[in-house]
Amino acid sequence: MTTMTSAALESQPAIAVRDLTVAYNDRPVIWDLDLDVPAGVLMAIVGPNGAGKTTLIKAMLDLVRPAAGQVEILGQPYRKSRDRVGYVPQRGSVDWDFPTNVLDVVQMGRYGALGWIRRPGNRERELALEALDKVSMGEFADRQISQLSGGQQQRVFLARALVQNADVYLMDEPFQGVDATTERAIITLLKELRSEGKTVVCVHHDLQTVPDYFDWVALLNIRKIASGPVSEVYNETNLRLTYGGRVAFLSRDAAAPATAQAAVEED
Amino acid sequence: MFPDFLTDIYSDYTIRNITLGAMVLGLVSGSLGTFAVLRRQSLLGDSISHAVLPGIILAFMLTGSRDPLILILGAAIVGWLATLSIMAIVNTTRIKQDASLALVLSVFFGFGMVLMTFVQRQPDAAAAGLQRFLFGQAAAIIWDDVRTMLLIGGAAMAVFLLFWKEFKLVVFDRAFAFSLGMPVRRFDVLLTTLLVIAIVIGLQTVGVILMSAMVVAPAAAARQWTDRLGLVTTLAGLFGALAGVTGALISAYAARMPTGPTIVLCLTAIVLFSLVLAPNRGILWAWVRQHRQSRELRSRVVLADLYWLSQQHAGDDSGHSIATLEAMSAGRVAVDHGLEDLEQAGLAERTDEETWTITERGREQAIRDLAEEEREGSDV
Repeated sequence: MTTMTSAALESQPAIAVRDLTVAYNDRPVIWDLDLDVPAGVLMAIVGPNGAGKTTLIKAMLDLVRPAAGQVEILGQPYRKSRDRVGYVPQRGSVDWDFPTNVLDVVQMGRYGALGWIRRPGNRERELALEALDKVSMGEFADRQISQLSGGQQQRVFLARALVQNADVYLMDEPFQGVDATTERAIITLLKELRSEGKTVVCVHHDLQTVPDYFDWVALLNIRKIASGPVSEVYNETNLRLTYGGRVAFLSRDAAAPATAQAAVEED
Repeated sequence: MFPDFLTDIYSDYTIRNITLGAMVLGLVSGSLGTFAVLRRQSLLGDSISHAVLPGIILAFMLTGSRDPLILILGAAIVGWLATLSIMAIVNTTRIKQDASLALVLSVFFGFGMVLMTFVQRQPDAAAAGLQRFLFGQAAAIIWDDVRTMLLIGGAAMAVFLLFWKEFKLVVFDRAFAFSLGMPVRRFDVLLTTLLVIAIVIGLQTVGVILMSAMVVAPAAAARQWTDRLGLVTTLAGLFGALAGVTGALISAYAARMPTGPTIVLCLTAIVLFSLVLAPNRGILWAWVRQHRQSRELRSRVVLADLYWLSQQHAGDDSGHSIATLEAMSAGRVAVDHGLEDLEQAGLAERTDEETWTITERGREQAIRDLAEEEREGSDV
């Protein structure tokens, strides 16, 4: 883990955020944020509700217009690098009663590469089936999306991102509302992506699992509190700064950073 | 009468035009309407259809012509203006979407009615026919109208099919479409334009007041039958055409039947039929499914009780009384009916008038049921 971390630091960052400020109706949701995400890390963005986590992902994808600052992905603005970026939106952001099936949704990941008007063909079908196999959803290809469980919906979205064959993946709460089996399947997959040299950024909510799942972390509460290797910045002081001095929270979660240290030392 | 009517379609110029016109209009507005419904813009369709009235009258006042193409163009422009007004109200004021839809509908429609009254007071015979844009008049369809519908509808359908994949993605997952670099807002404009076309194409046949039904109802009915987008769209087009042709012909044959309301009644029949009878989504099927499930559950409960009793009284084959079983299920299920179902399945048998016992197969089934419950229980 340590060797990979230092190698990641030397090369050009996969994502570079500079002076980013985003406001909704004159209320800042992200304030003057600088963030470097090194290539090849698996990074969690954590922070309380309303901290701007989703907005940060959306700003990276040019989905929201920043009031100031810029984002570069792989050294270029998003509109130039978007062929190399995969996106997993929040599961709840679409209507799952939409009349279509799993295979069709996964093929949507190829629409960028397909270009205008052209319809998906055999190649797209094969890529989609391959990706579905990777998330153990191969037998669900013809299933209507309205019949999927929450975990299955999430895996369909992941498969769609996989067929984008990107170098940088941005995921908005990929673990939200999934069962334990799906959570294990997803994290295995994300670690596999990392071992292939891809960069994965996830908005994450479960503070307990951060040290087990991720090697890099950004703590966010409108401003950036800290970012870096989990072993260095994921500690009680930074968590207190991120979440405020809520005692109930601290007494419950103070154990998490401690185990994080232990886990890293064992490595 | 029936053969007469069929020959009429081929020979009678008027009837052929009515049939063709209603078919084209139903096909186009029905299939284009699918995306409006999926985008949750059904009410926008209603607002637009009412709001185009002043556009028709103004186009007539300015040009003095009753050429369908000119009137439809006037309607389309004002339809777009109405859509922009709704968006502007929502974006710049605190008025919410529903209120702004209602506002624009009533203001535009009211203005249209004032214009229509004004025009009809003028000593100009040409204005007399404008009344038919309220409730539609199929009998007045001439070849010019059919040609205009074919032209506009054909162009709209071509665009619709060409960008099918893009429209689908933009409607299903906007954020993802944005992330792929698709010009999502331009597709919004295009989809809304198609909605406006779906509406204006039927104005003189169905009328401004009920035209939105032609856009919304076929899609709502089609959605009941299938989960595949292509099929939903095709079916919506066919439903629209069926209702359009039936309604138009009825109103053309029967004296004093307004076309728009007649077509809408035909549509209502299709929608009701679909709501009740469509497999899976239909009300009837949901009811049958629920009934079957509760019956299965009943059998299971009674079988489990019977199994428990047989374990408690091992070696006693005289059977267990219905009264005991009723007491065990505390009146929640109809034990006697449950026992009859079990007997038919060979899981329980009668030992006397009022007593029952579990069969060997029933015993095996009960053990399987219990194991399954345990597995499901441990999952939670």
